[in-house]
Formats: sequence, structure tokens, C-alpha cells
Amino acid sequence: MLAAPVTVPYVRYSIRAAHWWLARTFSALLEAARLRKDEIDGLTVSSFTLAPDTAIGLTQHLGVSPRWLDHIPLGGASGVVALRRAARAVQAGDADIVACIGGDTNHVDSFRLTLANFSQFARDAVYPYGAGGPNASFAFLTAHYMQRHGATREDFGKLCVAQRANALKYPHALFKKPLSMEDYLAARPIAEPLHLFDCVMPCAGAEGFLVLAEDRARSLGLPFVRLQGTIERHNAFASDPVQMRAGWALDRDDLYAQAGCKPGDIDFVQTYDDYPVISLMQLEDLGFCEKGEGPAFVRKHSFTHDGSFPLNTSGGQLSVGQAGAGGGFLGMVEAIRQLSGHAGARAVKDAKLGLVSGFGMINYDRGLGSGAAILAASQA
Amino acid sequence: MQRPKRKNPVLRTRLPTLPPAARSRVALGLTAAAALGRFELQQCRDCGTVQYPPREACQKCLSVRLDWKPQPTGGELIAQTVLHHSNDLFFRERLPWRLGLVKLDCGPTVVAHLHAGALEKVRVRAMLDRAGQAVIVALPQKENGDMADDRQLREFTCDPRNRKILITDGKTAVGQALVQGFAKSAAEIIWVGYAEPWKKFAGFDELEKIPQVTLMPLDVTDSKNVKELAAEIAGKVDIVVNNAEHHRTFGISSRQGVETARAEMDVNYLGLLRLAQEFGPAMRARGADGAASAVAWVNLLSVYALANFPPHGTFSASKAAAHSLAQCLRAEMRPAGVRVVNVFPGPIDDEWNQLLPPPKIAPAALAKSIVAALCEGIEDVYPGDVAQEWLERWRDNPKALEREISA
Amino acid sequence: MNVLSQLVEAFSSGKIRVVDLTQTLAPEFPSISLPPEMGQAWPFRIEEVSRYDERGPAWYWNNFSCGEHTGTHFDAPIHWISGKDLPHNATDSIPPDRFIGPGCVIDCTKEAAANPDFLLTKPFLLEWEKKHGRIPPRAWVLMRTDWSKREDPVAYQNYDDEGQHTPGPDVDAVKFLVAERDVLGFGTESIGTDAGQAYHLRPPYPCHYYMHGAGRYGLQCLTNLDQLPPTGAVVIAAPLKIRNGSGSPLRVLALIHD
Repeated sequence: MLAAPVTVPYVRYSIRAAHWWLARTFSALLEAARLRKDEIDGLTVSSFTLAPDTAIGLTQHLGVSPRWLDHIPLGGASGVVALRRAARAVQAGDADIVACIGGDTNHVDSFRLTLANFSQFARDAVYPYGAGGPNASFAFLTAHYMQRHGATREDFGKLCVAQRANALKYPHALFKKPLSMEDYLAARPIAEPLHLFDCVMPCAGAEGFLVLAEDRARSLGLPFVRLQGTIERHNAFASDPVQMRAGWALDRDDLYAQAGCKPGDIDFVQTYDDYPVISLMQLEDLGFCEKGEGPAFVRKHSFTHDGSFPLNTSGGQLSVGQAGAGGGFLGMVEAIRQLSGHAGARAVKDAKLGLVSGFGMINYDRGLGSGAAILAASQA
Repeated sequence: MQRPKRKNPVLRTRLPTLPPAARSRVALGLTAAAALGRFELQQCRDCGTVQYPPREACQKCLSVRLDWKPQPTGGELIAQTVLHHSNDLFFRERLPWRLGLVKLDCGPTVVAHLHAGALEKVRVRAMLDRAGQAVIVALPQKENGDMADDRQLREFTCDPRNRKILITDGKTAVGQALVQGFAKSAAEIIWVGYAEPWKKFAGFDELEKIPQVTLMPLDVTDSKNVKELAAEIAGKVDIVVNNAEHHRTFGISSRQGVETARAEMDVNYLGLLRLAQEFGPAMRARGADGAASAVAWVNLLSVYALANFPPHGTFSASKAAAHSLAQCLRAEMRPAGVRVVNVFPGPIDDEWNQLLPPPKIAPAALAKSIVAALCEGIEDVYPGDVAQEWLERWRDNPKALEREISA
Repeated sequence: MNVLSQLVEAFSSGKIRVVDLTQTLAPEFPSISLPPEMGQAWPFRIEEVSRYDERGPAWYWNNFSCGEHTGTHFDAPIHWISGKDLPHNATDSIPPDRFIGPGCVIDCTKEAAANPDFLLTKPFLLEWEKKHGRIPPRAWVLMRTDWSKREDPVAYQNYDDEGQHTPGPDVDAVKFLVAERDVLGFGTESIGTDAGQAYHLRPPYPCHYYMHGAGRYGLQCLTNLDQLPPTGAVVIAAPLKIRNGSGSPLRVLALIHD
């Protein structure tokens, strides 16, 4: 079961270290669940800017003594992967309550430094080309997708505009102004065909949730949601010359079989959305439409929380901000809120089933990690 | 390409910046090949898979026996982008910047700097960037006339076009061939040094007739002369070609005393040192001085710098010394993005190699290789078949070459 | 009567007129500017020490500061690398008899008005000599352009984004004056004895390079050259005696016979 979704409010820049953000998340979890520190016996941490520390260093920093510990450096896939591992640990009895936390600080110069040292392949074969981080990689994917599947800027813009509308009802979103299609189209180019509103804004922030057994959640009086099924895959389709799909396409049948449902049963989807093209790819690979039909699918739906295909109901990273590894937790935390009745004004009506997907680590020319989970409201 | 506008002397000269230079050790294999103008990628000795980015183990069969091998350069441009933003200073100053994603015919997909004229089918080259590290550049499949003028491509080449050249010795056949070569490649000014100006030399009148040429007394053994010439022109020189050389044909026992060896060292080694001390600082300050910035320093060395040729033993030693110093110069010029190009010819067909049997490289062919190396961005030049063969022998087994050459 | 008493007599009887060829030293007067990464000459600056007040009740005086090459100024051979090792090459070591010489005024007014980058050539000088006679040895050759009449500093400096555009001599003219006419020096009305674009000549700045390399001098920022006859004036140009100085602001006077 998943419970106690928490968010440490994001800021564009912070002079605090990652440890500060993760400590705030951990204490917010304790507060939300009314637990003492020593009652949490499992911890998994995802953070880029925690370096040179890892999860184990954080235990001393926070003064905790978990009997199960994990560090998941998988960027945008880390929320789903943290959930998978924590759920297995609880299931096996290795831990009773696992705190899953992810987040990063953002100093004025952090992003540049993170990029310069992101991976060996990036340092050898991408960074010398002037590409400011993943912008160029996603520009290639987007250009290729547009060319191959006939997507237009308006298609991507529709997702961005809808997500901004959702974000206006999410108090932690850093973007608080409405975005119109005209604004979107008129934005300055970053790496053609990507323009300003196609790119996430790095920021500081953190997210967390608890994984525990159902009876424990009930005894604590915590609203919770159920994990129905989940998949994970890395470096799938390595021989595709350019990324057109990721691991979801390989494992989605397994995902729906685990959950006992079909794509049509899902009430909302939280994709990993650092650039809109990757949301489209997830919708295709997860079976909501056929490969290449993303543009037609976009034209058919509204994507607002109260519309025809609720997507990224808190605004997604594109409108909330990308808090480093916290970005991999954003959709998970939002899904828990939606299914446990904590989504306030942006609630998806009668939401019973939600799908969260993760994607991460542009190691060279493509994202390597992918994962997804289907969650259900506890009364379902 | 138009003559670049004259620089505005009231504005500060921009300081040079470099593209990101950090590479893993294994990735320097691409740099090693690019320095010679070759396109090589790692290829698995066991299963033949071509790999990129460079790595430690074969992605197919996990063999660690990966060799850098020449690869076909064809590929298909599968996506492109134009950067309008970069976090890197070097690129920020050069935006917008085109990049392409190229599926190589030999297998891997590569991120490449993209020439403005490149269409669907491209060919790639590994080229040294201003940081001296290799990058992949995608070019139009067919060579066309003004291809070299591409703004991005000129960041990787040291094209003499519209640039100001100093050739340190115009008296030799090689020097005169170099002057002709640079004149033909549309250099803006060619200063040509000549020692002992009271002796008129053969070819002087022909040189004077070339409109770009200004003859300047220059004797690289005279520190004062070098200093004063530098004071006069170093702030304008974009490419130094140091071809001044003293060549005598003695080993150790065939000549008494050190007078000849010292003269060789004075020109071949100390001459380079003098020039580098006087011209180096001014060129370093101009590494980013507009479209025709300081870009290259060419040293005429010799394959004998790699392995001593005993009949020309003291000459070989002086060239080895110069080679070592050129490596120092390369390191010192790198922060400014000024490339040090070392040229290792086999025997040149000139008076001091009269008794050597052919094949010997003709001065004109040597000059052509040097100009071509600048245009193509090559750092270590082994001109002609003889030098290429020496290079292969040396890379294959330096000890064997030592024995062969002294046999 | 010796020649000096004749001279005194000529002064008192008004037969000799003194023309001041000097610009007034003032903070507003344009100063030379080099690329920003290079060292810069201080412009002329002046501060009051006292003016019959509590700082000095009965006297008025000022402090001033400036570079050696400010306002109407003199260039010594040591100013340029080509003259760095010559004997008597600095303001304190130049023999004082070199400070006085005949003046030859080359009128380039029309040409400079038509083309601010006008270069004075050897044929132009030969043409001048046809009319006014051969330039005598040890003469100051003064290039009249009426540049000093440009009162607006913007017009005087005449910059665009390729640099300064002011007239000056070309390479052959300088070589000719030094080698074949043995001149004392070369003077101009603009900033610099060389043309504004002379950096692009071969060698750069030929007037500096060859004049100073041959131990000759320069005068710049002159004015009132329009009041001098083509020949016949005596120019007096004595720089301050700065130890090892490369030049100095000075008062340049011309004596002319009315």
C-alpha cells in the first residue's frame, strides 16, 4: 500500500543542500503519518545533488537506523522503481514501513555541474557538442517524431497548455500564470524544434511517500492506495537508431495482467513529462493509442483533470518544475493524492484507477530507464 | 566568403574559450585518430561490432578486445536540431549551433556537429575541436566549392583563407612552395622571413611578385631580430609556419666537435623556442579574435624526430628536441584554442638529401600536405607515402623501426 | 650685428611673427585610445590646489596629470620598438639643437576633406617639391589637413566600427622622407603621426616604425598650420626633459617672416 504523499514546496533556487530537502521530506512523512523516527525501518533515497553522499550517508545525517536501505539513482524512473523495491521489501518482511524520498536542491550553478558530470557517454559524446543537457537529445527525438508521425507543435502545445490549466489548481506549482497556445507558439527557441515551454525548468524540491502493508496503514488510520501492478525495464530497444519507444512497449501486457485491467479502465495517467514528446511516447507504448497515433489522440482529448483524458493532473514537471530526482516522484505523489481524495480542486471525478509512469537517465542519446505502476483507490 | 570586416580597435578582443575538454581515457582513441585525420571507431575483435560512444566492453559479446579501426564515413541524418541555448561558454558565444543525429552505415548512432549543407545522406569526420579533443562532424556527402566557409566547420579547421601567415624561411624550396600554397589558398597576408638579407637568394623576385607577400629579414638564431619582428607583426599573425631548418648530414663519428650540431640545435630547437616565446603570447591573446583569429602553429619536423637516422644523426637529435618542445608548445597554446601542427616528412627532395635514394617528397607536395592539414584540421601530419609508411612502422613496433633505420 | 641680434631686432620690429601651433591642454581635448586590454595613456586632468582662498590665500595654482602623449605632443624615437636601442633617443637625451628646424607644410586639405583615410604618398611629395623646392635636410615636414578645425571631438576622432579614420603618410612617403630627405620629423594635425587605419599597412604604423627607427621625431595634434607658408617657417618644438621620456606635451611655435 502507498500512503502519506508529501511535497516540500518547490523553489527555483535554493542555497540549501540536498540533505536539507530530504530531511524536510522525511519529517513531513513522520508528521503526515504521526510516526516516530524509529518506527520507519526502511528508507530509499533518490537524489543527484546528494553527491558525494548516498543513502547511507543520509542515515547518519538524519539520525535514523533503518533495517532496509536503498539508493536509486534512476532520475525520472526512480519513483516507480522505489515503489517496486519498497513493496517487495514490505511483502518479504524486510521492512514494515519504507519511506521513499526523492528530491534535489538547485543552486544557481547546480544544473550545469550536474550536466557536465552526468555520465561517461554524455561527457565523451554529448557534452562536447554544446548541448545544454538533455535539450538536444529531446530535440532529436521530437524532430524525428514530428517527421515520422506528423505531429505538429500545436499537438505538443496542447499537452503543455492543458497541464498548465491543471497546475493552476495545484498550490505547489511554480508556474502560476495561465499559458495560452499563442504564448506557447511564440516562445523563444531553445533547441529546434523545442521552444521554451517544451522544456522543464530545473528547481529545488522534494517528494515522498510511505510504502507499508494494508493492516499497518489501517491501524495508523492513514488513507492509502493499492499497488495493482508495476513494471520496470532498462535499455530496451537498444538497436533502434533513435528512440521511438521505451520499455513500456515491451512489458505493458504484463502490467495490465498484473492489475487485471485494460487501458480503457484507467481514470487518469501521470506520465514522466520533462518534454511533451515523451508523454506522447508513453501514451502509445502503454497502449492508450497505437504507435504513431499520438497526434490523433492528442487532437481527440482535452487532458485537463475534468476533461476527457486526465493527464498530469498537478501540472506535471512542465508546469510544476523539475526538482531533479523529485521529478520521478511527482506523478506518484499526485496519483496517491488523487486516489485518496486529497486532490482538492483538481480532483478527477470518481477516480478509481490511475497509471503512473517513469522515464529517466539520458545516458547518451536516449532515456534508458522506464517503469510504470497502476494504483487503485482503497475502496476499489 | 567575404573578407571579414576589420576589427574595431576600440573594443576589447574577446578572450578565447574552449568547448568541454573532459574525456574518459578510452574516448581519447577518437582524438588519436582525428589528430591524423582518420575516422576510427572501436570495433570488437571477437564479434566485429562497431561501438560508439567509446567504451570498455563490447555491447554485443562483452569482449574487452576493442580495437580502434578505420570505419566507413557514410551515414544517414535521422534528426537535427539547432541549439539556441547552451550552458557552455564556448557554445553560448557561437549560437545558433546545428547538431545532427546520424545513423552510421557501420552501425552506431552518433551525435554530430552538423554542417549547414548536410542533407539526408552525410559523411562524417572525426575532427579536433578548439580544445584539441575529437568530435564528430557531419558534412555534405559531396564536396562543394565553398563548403570550407561554413561558420561551424571553421571552428574545427585552421583554414588559411583570409588569414595572415608567417613563414619563417622563404629561402628554401620548401619555404617557397609554402608561400605559393598559402597564396593559392587565399591567405590575406604572407610574411616571409629570410635570414642574411644581404645575400639575395634564388626565387626572391618570384616571391616579391606575389601580392600578399611581404619579405621580412628574420634569422631565428638572432633573439633580438625575433623579438623585434614579433613586436611589429605578432599581434596580427594567425598562422605561424616554422620551416626554418638547419640540416647537415653527420653522425657522431663522422664529424669532429660540436659546431655543426650546435648550429642545428640553434635553428631547429632554439629557433622554435625563440619564436614561441615571442609570438606565442600574442597568438594566445588572439585565439578568439573574430572570424580570422590566431589558429595554428606549424612546425616542420622530420620522421627522424621519432627514430634517429644515424647518417643524419645530429640533425635527427635536433628534430627530436624540437618535437618535444612542440609538445610543450601544444600544451601552452591549447587554452587559447591555437592548434600546434607537427609535420613529420620523410626525406625531402632537397640539396641536403642529395645522396639519399628516392622516394623523397617534393617540396611542392610537402607544402600541399601542410595547407591541406590546416584546412582539414589535422594535428600530426605525415605527408606522402614514405612518411605514412614510417608512421605505420613506428606505431606497429618502435623498436623494430630503430633497428631497420640504423641497418 | 650678428644673426641673433638681427633676430631680436626682427622680433621687435614685428618682421617676425610667432604662430602658436599648439592645442590648448584641457580635459575635453580628445586623447588617444588603445584596445581596452592594453595599457592606456591618462587623459589630461587638472585639479585646483588653491585659488586665493583658505587653501592658499594669495595664490592660485593647479595640479595636473596626463600621459606623455597628450594634447599637442612630441614623439621621441624610444617611443617605438624600432628606435629603442638608438643613442639620444629619449626626451632628456635628444640634443637640443634638434628642437629647432625649418618647416615644410604639405597642404593635403582638399584630399583629406574628400577622404578621411587619405594617405600622403611619395609622388604627392615630389609634386609639392616641384612647386616649392626640395625639402631641405633636417626639416620638420608638417602635413596640413585642417583636421584641427574639426572642433567636435567625434569628428576629430572619426571612429567607426573598423576604427579611426584620419589621414597620414603611406609607407613609401615615410621611407622617402627619412632616406632621401633626411627630415627631422613628421607632424600632423590629427591624433597620431600615422593614419587612423595605419595598423593595416605593412608594416603597421609606418611613420612610427621608420621615423623612430631612424632616430627622427613626431609631432601630432598640431593646429594653425593654415597660417604657415609652404616653406620659410622655423619650427621650435622642445619637449619636457623627462628622464628617459618617450614624448611629452609641448608648446610648438613657428616663426614666420611677414
